[in-house]
Amino acid sequence: MSDTLLSATAAPGPTTGASGTGRKPAFRRAARATPIGERFVAAVLFACGALSIFTTLGILGVLGYETAAFFSEVSIVDFLGDTEWTPLFAEKRFGIWALVSGTVLTSLIAMAVALPFGLLSAVYLSELAPSHARRILKPLMELLAGVPTIVYGFFALTVVTPLLQRVIPDLAGFNALSAGLVMGVMIIPMIASLSEDAIHAVPRALREAAWGLGASSLSTIFGVVLPAARSGIAAATTLAVSRAIGETMIVAIAAGQQPQFTSDPRVPVETMTAYIVQIGMGDVPTGTLEYRTIFAVGTMLFLMTFAMNVFAQRLARKYRRLG
Amino acid sequence: MHPETRTRRRNERLFRLLCLSCLFLPLAMLVWLLGDLVVKAMPRLHMDFLSGYPSRRATDAGVLPGMIGSLYLIFLTVSLAMPIGVGAAIYLEEFGRRSRLAHLIEVNIANLAGVPSIIYGLLGLEIFVRVLGLGRSLLAGAATLALLVLPVIIMATREALRTVPDSLREAAVGLGATPWQVVRQVVLPQSMPGIMTGCILAVSRAIGETAPLVVIGALTFITFLPDGVLAPFTALPIQIFNWISRPQAAFAHNAAAGIVVLMGTLLLLNATAIYLRGRMERIQKGTH
Repeated sequence: MSDTLLSATAAPGPTTGASGTGRKPAFRRAARATPIGERFVAAVLFACGALSIFTTLGILGVLGYETAAFFSEVSIVDFLGDTEWTPLFAEKRFGIWALVSGTVLTSLIAMAVALPFGLLSAVYLSELAPSHARRILKPLMELLAGVPTIVYGFFALTVVTPLLQRVIPDLAGFNALSAGLVMGVMIIPMIASLSEDAIHAVPRALREAAWGLGASSLSTIFGVVLPAARSGIAAATTLAVSRAIGETMIVAIAAGQQPQFTSDPRVPVETMTAYIVQIGMGDVPTGTLEYRTIFAVGTMLFLMTFAMNVFAQRLARKYRRLG
Repeated sequence: MHPETRTRRRNERLFRLLCLSCLFLPLAMLVWLLGDLVVKAMPRLHMDFLSGYPSRRATDAGVLPGMIGSLYLIFLTVSLAMPIGVGAAIYLEEFGRRSRLAHLIEVNIANLAGVPSIIYGLLGLEIFVRVLGLGRSLLAGAATLALLVLPVIIMATREALRTVPDSLREAAVGLGATPWQVVRQVVLPQSMPGIMTGCILAVSRAIGETAPLVVIGALTFITFLPDGVLAPFTALPIQIFNWISRPQAAFAHNAAAGIVVLMGTLLLLNATAIYLRGRMERIQKGTH
């Protein structure tokens, strides 16, 4: 309490001091401030906030415009009905499923790693860890989330793939497995942190009731705490899937650039994001059909991640009501 | 001790161990990754690498244009994103509280935070590079990155503004301050450390971003330094990606060395920012 009082008197000090006019002129200035100036400032601040709306409109507009142009040349039936993606070849095919399957495959592998590891980490941090361990471990996990994804991609290509090749001899140099595994590790901190929030929000009374009935700490965790936090955990998982779908550099580096409709994790695939990078690296002239393919693929990517995010927000709202 | 209690204890210990190992796996991988990087980077880590330009020969290649490009890019990105982001946060927290429009903006920002970075690249390519005619320039890259990190800055700033107790605002209003004076003279100075943290987070995010820059068309082979905001450019992650993509093994060492420089810059930025933040907090506590 005394702390806030102290800072309350201290805070305006530097500002009035910095203007070099001392205390009295500051008050006179306050009296002179015109409502017009105030309204101008409010308008500018509102414009800053409104920019986010324009960003969204810009994304929708750009994707919509270029995708419409794409579909004026390519039939949507081919786009959604074919499983071959060869827009750069002489014989062009535009089956998006070849790219979607690459994205789904790498994301599934990533989630198979991230979900168990992230969830158990969260359980440890919120239910089992002594508070000093928690204070050290949480920032360490955040450190992991700050590593640029291009670094993970390099690691997947030059360390994890050669290592896996010793165990799986017919593993290709570019493959979905290695990219997916490393992406999974990258996502662990995200699931751990979001799930921990959800588990933390479970009222303590529920745990105490379970203990009072003689439940062990394990059956309290699995029988009471995790079920109570399930919508929050589901929200965390959904957000993580969305992140995996949109992740670009790891898959562009380690999973390859060969679109194929396959569920074999040992062969090269191409994800939607990796395709956009592949075209971005080359010099495709604007306005051509090749140029428009990246917007059509981008629209598909946007729709998938957007659906996930909206779903996650809905789930999160549910668990906040519970807590 | 009852045998059932003993099994129970043992199971609990095993479970605790399992959870702990789940937590340590990613951390162990981080250590492994860093160690591997340093070993691979060793042959290239010398001054010539820092001051050199890209080259066809791996041993001659340097990282200077990428480094300078990244520094310009980050500086421009923060200059664009910080005022807008802080302004938006002030609007949401202090001016538009509970209005329907503010709610719409809030939901919208949450959604934007979940949009994959490569989609921002497509937006930048069409709007900044083509429609606004900025070309494949530093400014186009910075504007794209600024849009990308805006949600990060806005959310962190709102968090910081919320920590300022209402009693301070009420006191200022009681002294006759207008809404903007309350914000500028009371709320902003109080929440500065939190705002700084948000900007650090944004910079850390922006400096490693590769995908959107690839899409808007940052060059990969550049033998000059940018001479203005409309100049073509390369950036550290782009240069690294280019080296990773080459089939020759020698370039893998360059990529590793580039990553060490990138991670080093990241660490330096964070350390500086944490120091600045600590100092500000001390000043604010009234020890000046």
